[in-house]
Amino acid sequence: MLSYLLRRVLYAVPIALAVSVVCFLLVHLAPGDPINAIVSADTPADVVEQVRREYGLDRPLPTQFALWLGRVAQGDFGKSIASGRPVLDELGPAIVNTLRLSLGAAAIGFALGTALGVAAALARGRWPDKSIVALAAASVSVPHYWLGMVLVIVFSVVFNLLPSMGAGGGGSEAWRWDWEHVQYLVLPALTLSIIPMGIVARTVRGVVLDVLGQDFITTLRGKGLRGGRIALHVVKNAAPSVLSIMGLQLGYLMGGSILVETVFSWPGTGFMLNGAIFQRDIPVLQGTILVLALIFVLLNLLVDLMQTTLDPRIKRQ
Amino acid sequence: MNATVLHPDADALGTAAPALSPIPSTSAAAPPERGYWRTVAGRVLRDPVTLACAIVLAVMLLALLAAPLIAPHDPYQGSMGQRLKPIGSPGHWLGNDELGRDMLSRLLYGGRLSWFLGITPVLIALAIGGTLGIVAGYAGGWVNMAIMRTTDVFYAFPSVLLAVAISGALGPGLANAMLSLCLVFVPQIIRVAESTTTAVRNLDYIESARASGASALTIVRVQLLPNVLGPIVVYATSLISVSMILASGLSFLGLGTRPPEAEWGLMLNTLRTAIYTQPLLAMLPGLCIFVTSTCFNILSDGIRGAMDARQ
Repeated sequence: MLSYLLRRVLYAVPIALAVSVVCFLLVHLAPGDPINAIVSADTPADVVEQVRREYGLDRPLPTQFALWLGRVAQGDFGKSIASGRPVLDELGPAIVNTLRLSLGAAAIGFALGTALGVAAALARGRWPDKSIVALAAASVSVPHYWLGMVLVIVFSVVFNLLPSMGAGGGGSEAWRWDWEHVQYLVLPALTLSIIPMGIVARTVRGVVLDVLGQDFITTLRGKGLRGGRIALHVVKNAAPSVLSIMGLQLGYLMGGSILVETVFSWPGTGFMLNGAIFQRDIPVLQGTILVLALIFVLLNLLVDLMQTTLDPRIKRQ
Repeated sequence: MNATVLHPDADALGTAAPALSPIPSTSAAAPPERGYWRTVAGRVLRDPVTLACAIVLAVMLLALLAAPLIAPHDPYQGSMGQRLKPIGSPGHWLGNDELGRDMLSRLLYGGRLSWFLGITPVLIALAIGGTLGIVAGYAGGWVNMAIMRTTDVFYAFPSVLLAVAISGALGPGLANAMLSLCLVFVPQIIRVAESTTTAVRNLDYIESARASGASALTIVRVQLLPNVLGPIVVYATSLISVSMILASGLSFLGLGTRPPEAEWGLMLNTLRTAIYTQPLLAMLPGLCIFVTSTCFNILSDGIRGAMDARQ
């Protein structure tokens, strides 16, 4: 198993490299001279030429990639065209904010999803099961940016209970896990939680039904074990697949929060991406996407490692 | 990786349809295929929820196609004095938008674009991804390796992020949005096509066809394609629901269509300013996306269930 774990870790390296190639090429995908992605339009011509040499943009593409990767490895993602500040300085607080939002959404979505999934499995074939299955199907086909607006209308406009925009005053450092701040998190997190809730509910239902249908459960029942003890065995057997789905969902939450962050003006990576797209701020776009994609690769790796360690039955070739 | 066994024959456990026999006749495999699909259609027709969704989609499609005939007003003709009329206003059943344009007409015309934006990338991805996946699955070896490892790279991005990255770098526009969605779906279809093809390739009847001297092209055409296309196409239909949400999402972000074009995602965005004054009106475009996407989702689930004889 150790050799599998090692190979899995090593396999993540070429994937991470390939992901950086894709992110590097984003600049060249953008229409126009890639130099415009580094300097603003009103820079004098001689400065532009100097920057072009400095960044090696007059060199062949592979050399450019190596130079870029070297800078990125040192944490230099370039400067934002819009603000002139280093991309990393803007990226840091945004990632922390996106992580807060994702964790909030994961907490809601995973808890509700697990509860609904177990409830559905226990009521198999009867109406609670059917309605939960329908709810799970609807939750993955709801445009969550629209759901966000519906929640704003209900909770902010009609009942005036919760704020509809921002993350509370004072920037990312001022954040505390108190109601003063958390109230800003409730609606975006709830909106974002709807997809993982549906997927977790469906997975939990399937896995629990699968485990309950196996022979060893019948044996345990025959031995006279009751509810609580049986549940323990079910949890143990269901955990690997459920946890891995949750891990992947957390990755999707972090990388897919752009629409919800835009609806709620939540100051995370998605909101930043949205701004970068409209200001044609390619360094910010590139840096944000690279970091989010690498986080996703890392989460995938962790999920695989965890699943193998938790469930030695998984055969790997 | 969930290498779902989507191969229809693999699930055939003695149901009435003789077509489910895993050995299609070598000469013109058409009649048994039709029998299998007729069984599937029969099961779908007996499933009320799936049938209802199919009907909703069919009615919607007809209405969208007939938009120029049935739309009561010009979807681009606004009137400043008629802005944000509520739902139920005389002459404007569904009210007017923030520029005084008739909501019903805009929803009808907008739906044409939303459907087009949602379905086209899946069709293109089906053609490209299906071909690459079948090639990878049938050829095996280094061809498989090259195609599948490239696919892995795209799997390293969450799909929303990949779509936003590509269409963000390319800039706003209909073609760019569709291109980015294609790039999201091609790898997913490749994976399903590859695993389906690999599963079928190792079955006995392919082996016996090879032993009887059939050329690779003949085997692919006569034995392989009829048995893998169904599952691949059904998987692709399940992507339409996601594609509609993503496509409208890109427009919502301002990356797809641009004003004054009518498109559900974009309309939802421009109506955001109206949620305090006309909340119900502002919800309409999103409701359209929701209904369409849910119906496509349930329909494709229903078809998949009907193809699975165990249910």
